[in-house]
Amino acid sequence: MLTLLLILLPLLSGFILLLTGSKNARQIALVLSLIEFGLALFALSTLKSGALETLNYNMPWIPNMGISFRLGMDGISMLMVLLSTMLMPLIVYASFNKTYNNAHTLYALMMLMQSAMIGSFVAMDGFLFYIFWEVSLIPIFFIILMWGGENRQKTTFKFFIYTLFGSLFMLVALIYLYLHTANHSFDIQALYAAGRSLPLVEQGLIMGAFFLAFAIKMPVFPFHTWQPSTYVAAPTPGVMLLGGVMSKMATYGLIRWVLPMVPDGVHEYGYLIIGLSVVSIIYASCIAIIQKDFKYLIAYASIAHMGLISAGIFAMNMQSLQGSLMEMMSHGINTVGLFFAYDIIYNRMHTSEMTKLGGIRGVESRFAFLFFIIVLSNVALPFTNGFIGEFLLILGVFQTNMVAASFAGLSIILGAVYMLRAFQKMMLGETNSLTLHFPKLEKQEIITLSIIVILIVVMGVYPKPILEITESSIQTLLQGIQ
Amino acid sequence: MEQLVKLIPLFPLISFAIIALMNRRLSKPLAAVIACIGVLLSFIDSAVVFQSQLQSFHPVEVKVFDWIIAGDFNASFSFLVDPLSSIFLMVITGVGFLIHLFSVGYMKDDDGMRRFFAYLNLFIFFMLVLVLGNNFLVMFIGWEGVGFCSFMLIGFWYKDNKNNDAAKKAFVMNRIGDLGFLIAMCLIFFNFGSLNYSTLFSPGFLAESSVSTETLTLITFCLFVGAMGKSAQIPLYTWLPDAMAGPTPVSALIHAATMVTAGIYMVARTNVMFSLTPDTMTLVSIIGIATALLGAVIGLFQNDIKKVLAYSTVSQLGLMFVALGVGAYTAAVFHVVTHAFFKALLFLGSGSVIHAMGGEQDIRVMGGLKKKLPITYLTFLIGTLAISGIPPLAGFFSKDQILSEAFAHNKILFALGLLVSLMTAFYMFRLFFLTFHGSFRGTHDQEHHLHESPLNMTLPLIVLAVCAAFAGFVGFPHVIGQGLGLHNLFEAYLSPVLGVSSSHIEASVEWMLMGLTTVLIVMVILYARHLFVSKNYVPESDSHMKGSFKKLAYGKFYVDEFYNKVFTQPLDKVSLFLEKGIDIPVVDGMVRGIGKLTQGLASIARKIQTGNTGYYAIAFVFAILLLFIFFI
Repeated sequence: MLTLLLILLPLLSGFILLLTGSKNARQIALVLSLIEFGLALFALSTLKSGALETLNYNMPWIPNMGISFRLGMDGISMLMVLLSTMLMPLIVYASFNKTYNNAHTLYALMMLMQSAMIGSFVAMDGFLFYIFWEVSLIPIFFIILMWGGENRQKTTFKFFIYTLFGSLFMLVALIYLYLHTANHSFDIQALYAAGRSLPLVEQGLIMGAFFLAFAIKMPVFPFHTWQPSTYVAAPTPGVMLLGGVMSKMATYGLIRWVLPMVPDGVHEYGYLIIGLSVVSIIYASCIAIIQKDFKYLIAYASIAHMGLISAGIFAMNMQSLQGSLMEMMSHGINTVGLFFAYDIIYNRMHTSEMTKLGGIRGVESRFAFLFFIIVLSNVALPFTNGFIGEFLLILGVFQTNMVAASFAGLSIILGAVYMLRAFQKMMLGETNSLTLHFPKLEKQEIITLSIIVILIVVMGVYPKPILEITESSIQTLLQGIQ
Repeated sequence: MEQLVKLIPLFPLISFAIIALMNRRLSKPLAAVIACIGVLLSFIDSAVVFQSQLQSFHPVEVKVFDWIIAGDFNASFSFLVDPLSSIFLMVITGVGFLIHLFSVGYMKDDDGMRRFFAYLNLFIFFMLVLVLGNNFLVMFIGWEGVGFCSFMLIGFWYKDNKNNDAAKKAFVMNRIGDLGFLIAMCLIFFNFGSLNYSTLFSPGFLAESSVSTETLTLITFCLFVGAMGKSAQIPLYTWLPDAMAGPTPVSALIHAATMVTAGIYMVARTNVMFSLTPDTMTLVSIIGIATALLGAVIGLFQNDIKKVLAYSTVSQLGLMFVALGVGAYTAAVFHVVTHAFFKALLFLGSGSVIHAMGGEQDIRVMGGLKKKLPITYLTFLIGTLAISGIPPLAGFFSKDQILSEAFAHNKILFALGLLVSLMTAFYMFRLFFLTFHGSFRGTHDQEHHLHESPLNMTLPLIVLAVCAAFAGFVGFPHVIGQGLGLHNLFEAYLSPVLGVSSSHIEASVEWMLMGLTTVLIVMVILYARHLFVSKNYVPESDSHMKGSFKKLAYGKFYVDEFYNKVFTQPLDKVSLFLEKGIDIPVVDGMVRGIGKLTQGLASIARKIQTGNTGYYAIAFVFAILLLFIFFI
């Protein structure tokens, strides 16, 4: 019931927001998203107390096709739900520095998206997962289309078609598995059983079909070209949702729907994906180095990080999976942080072209300080959350594939190159005529950045509570595979 | 005892937090006092812990909290105090405190003084974590943490992009080494299932494990790559001279006395592994001696007071690696300690000179500072004698130990080491005479401005000079010690961790080497005196420089330019090609192509959708027919 509530509340919130109109929309959205976060924390305490049944929900939906509205949560789902419910109020609060037209519609769409994303994290029925996966696209489509910047029509269209195209492969794979289930059911366990009974090559194909859908959404090379332009066109709250939460639907999907479904296929062909992911890391890091616009840089940096996560998932061991989940958390938080820093700069300077900036630290040192910690986490410095994830990922991938891990490790060098370059260009050096009048940060901006920075440091110094959430679920998952 | 150990890094962390959080609400002097107290308390605490370690060998392990646990991987944030770490604790907090004290005067007119002390405190914290950690991962926290602080302090004056570039270069170069460290950790965990020293270095553990020598060699090689980065060895040394862009106390603390010795600490800490891998050991000594030579040669021709000291540091670190490479771990650590004293002294002395000269760093325009800065002069002389290896100053003992160990191992290594020592004596006295002797060659304004530094700056100089003079007595060579009835206390103290060097040379040979070295060094000094004092020789200005080798060495053999051409620029070019040559035309081009194709097909398909029901009916019938055919 609790799990159902987690989906329904944001849905309800969306409708409330639509009804109340623009006035105080953002305050209402903030309160509602905080309630949702509280609910997620309650679910966490339930999970910790071991009362798993209360988190399950099952109702027949289209019984003659074996489709049921089945929800459930283990540690992995829980972590994803926590991530999205925690980021939501933060994203809403971060948007307080700007007034959007038709704000209530914007926030309503964000809530609807939240609902669908949580749905995809807790769905335990293949068909249901697919529905949530697709539905989540619609709100973000409208968010970018209505509040986006230049070229939004073209980019949104490309983004929409591209992801939809990928999803079709997943749908085909799901139906194929469905046809192989004992008594035609989309139930997750039935699909697992069906997948595992398939011959090796077919398992590999299923893996490939799922991966295609997920790889586009994460994204990894060479399925990433929709992403930078979409990130640039999207309004800040939209891009935060996209980069912070939505990309995690894909990596979560790999853990939930691919590894346990076709384990032999992953064992046999997983190295191909690890290889592709490592290529993606280096490729995107290199391109990030020469970006002139900070938002593009964040986009490519994001591809690099997602590549590492993807490699970790396919390495399929305790460290790599724990690392990938930790990195998903960190990446979510840090991406929101980076985009917020971008937002702060762009709102003031009306440009994010890095060579036009410079010397901001001399004008607003508090911003420079907070921003720099977010940068450090992206560079994976120990005692930031970014380090925990990257270290475990490299350690884990290393045990499966030493060469891949060593190449993936290059990201700690390249990451330092592009991140420090960017920071230097924008924040250090002499102030110029533009940055000389960089307005001081508002209180709301300081608070938002501080929350992110505190999360970065606390998670980096004491990651144990987070690692504990997923530990036993990953163990179960790995045992099921072997 | 456990609480005391936990407190050692906590003090500077707390003072960092206070200064960072209070920031402008603290007055500048108050911030400085808080920073100094933080380190002083840590020093006192370390001294107590050190004292207890002196009495008997009893390593203390302290677990602070669980850090990263994932499956069978478990790395807790915990500390280990044993003779090795306790010596580093004393050096870090002791020298650290003196440099903090010096900075109070040095930085008092700088707007960023609070910031400066905050970073300095944070640096001490991370450095302490580095040496205190009881597993590789905690060492790595400190390792990266000090790199970060170094980055912040090199780029301390961030308005000048030259400093920022130097800072970034240091960070990225260190990161290259860090990747080696990271891979080494992966290998260790993969092969031994643990990163804890107590597990890995327990007697016989490595020898009894089924891990092959090749794998162990790979591990130590990767670790050494990490050490190359942090301790500025070939090929990752070019960041250190550039790091002089930071304030001078930073150069003294981070880029001479403490952080750059982290690589030596790491190898000494993992000596059990290194001793099992002779190939890596050979590499360590080769890289060490090559770096020592290169640093010394470049040092001969530099005219910037801090650059000379920087290359001297590179060179001395090289000598320490030579010692490590021949298995003389104690000698290396001994040299770390004495070097920390005299190099910190020399850097702070140069800081005092730069302070008096109003920021000038070129020794060609100095001269005759002896009278105006008597305390700086005297202490600098002690430091110079110590680094040159004149008995009975500290540098003599540690350098002698390294040279005699090298001699026992390989005569060529010894000869090159001796050459390095001679060059060291020459460039140091060149620096010394040009700065303090002769007549003043600067501007009138500068001459008018010349003054001795205040007490809080000279006091650290004096204390360090005393240490640089007498610290060597804790490590008497056996040949001298036997005669006087004195033991090599240093070696005895460290022996449970580092073992005792097995190489022994005959007493007569050792006496002869000692005598030979000393006589040659004295001759070099006299020659330098002849050249720079009697003949008043001053190096020519940059544009008048003659001799191609001189130009080459003055230009640091253009290694930076080479790296730039071979690594930095190609990286940018490759990146640009990936974006403009692949990402946009090929990868995205394919996506666009598919889009266009679909559009094309759609326009064909549109023609079919005529809206004429008749066509539809016919198509429908045909389709059904086809289906039938297909299924039958």
